[in-house]
Amino acid sequence: MAVLKMQRLGICAWKKNRKQILELLQRRGVLDIDTDAAEDEVFKKTDTSEARGDFERDIQLIEHALEILQQYVPEQKSLFSSLEGKDQVDLEEYRRIEAARETVLEKARKIEALSRETAEGETEIRKLENEKEALEPWKSLPVPMNFAGTKRTKALIGAFPEMMTSEQLVEKVERCLLPEQDRDGELPGYFAEVVSADSSQSCVFLLVKAEDADRLEEHLRTEGFSRPSRLEDRKPADRQEQLASEIKELDRKREALEKELISFAEYREELKLASDYYRARLEKYEILGNLLQSKKTFLVTGYVPERAAGDLARELSEKFPLALELADPAEEEEPPVLLANRKVPSSFEGVVEAFGLPGKGEIDPTTIMSACYIFLFGLMLSDAAYGFVVFAACLAALLKFPRMQEGMRKSLRMFMYCGISTMFWGVMFGSYFGDVVDVVSRTFFGHQVTIPAVWFVPLNDPMKMLVFSMLFGVIHLFLGLGMKGYMLLRDKKYLDFVCDVLFWYLLLMGLILILLPSGMFESISQMQFNFPPALNLAAKVMAVGGAAGILLMSGRGRKNWFLRVALGAYDLYGVTSWLSDVLSYSRLLALGLATGVIGSVINSMGAMLGGGVVGAIGFTLVFLIGHSINIGINLLGAYVHTNRLQYVEFFGKFYEGGGRPFNPFCIKSNYVEIKEEN
Amino acid sequence: MFDQLGIVYAVVGAVLAALMAGIGSAKGVGAAGQAGAGVVTEDPSKFSKVLLLQLLPGTQGIYGLLVAFVTLNKIGALSGSLVQIDGATGLMLFFACLPMAIVGLISAIHQGNTSIASIGLVAKKPEQFGKAMLFPAMVETYAILALLISILAVNGIPV
Repeated sequence: MAVLKMQRLGICAWKKNRKQILELLQRRGVLDIDTDAAEDEVFKKTDTSEARGDFERDIQLIEHALEILQQYVPEQKSLFSSLEGKDQVDLEEYRRIEAARETVLEKARKIEALSRETAEGETEIRKLENEKEALEPWKSLPVPMNFAGTKRTKALIGAFPEMMTSEQLVEKVERCLLPEQDRDGELPGYFAEVVSADSSQSCVFLLVKAEDADRLEEHLRTEGFSRPSRLEDRKPADRQEQLASEIKELDRKREALEKELISFAEYREELKLASDYYRARLEKYEILGNLLQSKKTFLVTGYVPERAAGDLARELSEKFPLALELADPAEEEEPPVLLANRKVPSSFEGVVEAFGLPGKGEIDPTTIMSACYIFLFGLMLSDAAYGFVVFAACLAALLKFPRMQEGMRKSLRMFMYCGISTMFWGVMFGSYFGDVVDVVSRTFFGHQVTIPAVWFVPLNDPMKMLVFSMLFGVIHLFLGLGMKGYMLLRDKKYLDFVCDVLFWYLLLMGLILILLPSGMFESISQMQFNFPPALNLAAKVMAVGGAAGILLMSGRGRKNWFLRVALGAYDLYGVTSWLSDVLSYSRLLALGLATGVIGSVINSMGAMLGGGVVGAIGFTLVFLIGHSINIGINLLGAYVHTNRLQYVEFFGKFYEGGGRPFNPFCIKSNYVEIKEEN
Repeated sequence: MFDQLGIVYAVVGAVLAALMAGIGSAKGVGAAGQAGAGVVTEDPSKFSKVLLLQLLPGTQGIYGLLVAFVTLNKIGALSGSLVQIDGATGLMLFFACLPMAIVGLISAIHQGNTSIASIGLVAKKPEQFGKAMLFPAMVETYAILALLISILAVNGIPV
């Protein structure tokens, strides 16, 4: 249970070694470099934004290329790939890519170009296909679409936006050529044909005398006639054939391009490595932009964990000519926070980090909290079989994927420990998949077998469980107050310890001791406490003493006595918050009951089909689906509410957080992990 | 007449607990799911976090089911042999179910809204997931208290 002690490291070195020194620091990854150093006349910061921009563009290029590859050649990923961790790459391979980075970039560019070309080809194909589609109704027209007519005639080629038969067309044409008032005139010669017709349009071909053409077209236009937008000088059928062969050609080309693109899939690993390489360079240049540099030297200052400081200082001074200084941080500084705990509690560091790392002067609560976490989580889930499932699943994942990411490993280990605790409480409360043993033995074997609870069954005696939930709550809260006391004692603030911690202990314990033998408590819990009169008196004295102490001493910073007592009274009112905090632990009972009762509901639903083979199959199905859902939901509930009890009730008593996380200068890779040679 | 309807009151209570808490959860989870889907379109990698936040208002429905089950079990509706209860006991069971029914309905809707806000938080600051989870969990406290009272009351009423 500790926050790692940090030291200040300052280096002043020659600029000519800058690259190697930064690279070494980056690979060791133990130095949190200051980024807020102030410039002066000699030491200035250099602007690296241009180089960084270049790297960012390179990274984007490679990422885009990888995306394209993923599209054409999807990478086979198992369901558990997120557990597998990053691929390991040795330094030699990394150096090789570093040397060949330009060719890798070239490959990425080529991939981009190929994908662009493929896309262009596809657009072209689509365009041609649309055209071919548009010609479909004209297929049987024996003349080119732009056929204008002969010397004496003119052709009208176009479409009406409706279904039309030849008769209808003829009627339309004749009505125009031979108007009503001129019924007896001679009908001029013409030729009309419906080339094709469907419900949305009719394509027609008309041939009329040159002198009638304009009039007729004008008239037909008012009836919806329009000429097609595209006029080819070939017969539609020929044109279609030509288009088909063009499409085929383009398709072949696109296939060739795709094949070439797919052949780049073998460079995927190289691309990933190069992407990480540029990411590391980017990181380095970001740091470089924050370093103070004179004409020939540069300065690096930052925090390094004490246990790594010696090695780093030695390595640096052995390899390079430089001036180096290690010192303890000054009193007013706030060093970044890195937690270091033993194996079991370290799994719970994520929970503390999610709330906030210990601020200045606070202790790392991880160890104590982890014990409470395991305890409370088990109580909420409280089913031996569920606990075993969780435990086994986490253990299997941990063993199968040894190179899992650190954060993931910690979470899985955390749930594994919680699974053990869940098994323990399940046995105490006699819950195995709810009441599956009872139900199965009753339904399929005729006589009921019950695994007795080692302690008691909460559903049969919920008041007892409620009282114990609150007892666990009081212990948890007192532990929190004790942590506060410990911190005050450590800082030698004895008066604060007495006023803010001791008086509260006195008051609360006094109140509890007064409550326990009272008739009200007895009627609720069916538990009887008979204290000797001396203890009863002591309880009253404690409560009154504690209350008086809080009343008089809480506002001890104030000179004005009226104000001081008023502040004390306000503080004393805080006893109600203790009440609500303790009541909050009733969720231990509620969530525990929820797990057990829903489990029983599932079991009795499964048993509805009765005994026999059909019943057994039905039961197995209901059992598997139902209990998977129940585990999932209650795991979520237990996780959320255990966190809440820690964050709100427990941390509320002593812990604020607000520390700055230790953020070392290191290789922040996306895909690969680089193995160090030593 | 009043006494004959005893069993009916009890069943109505059980049904209301499952019904109203279920409606609340459906609304809450539904609303949070819409917000979650929006976040996932932008960044599919946040799916698991968003899903957890979406599920939080779903517990009220389960608590309602729980109270309904305990009540139905109490009057023997599940084992197929209904017990005879008088009107007063029936009404007591009915009222015992009400905390879960009403608080379940309202708290699930509010928890859904809080979940939406938390999903927004996670969308912008995924590292603050621990805190984002806490806000909806605060609302759930009252559903848990209601569940507790309903279960204790149903359990405590002699049949």
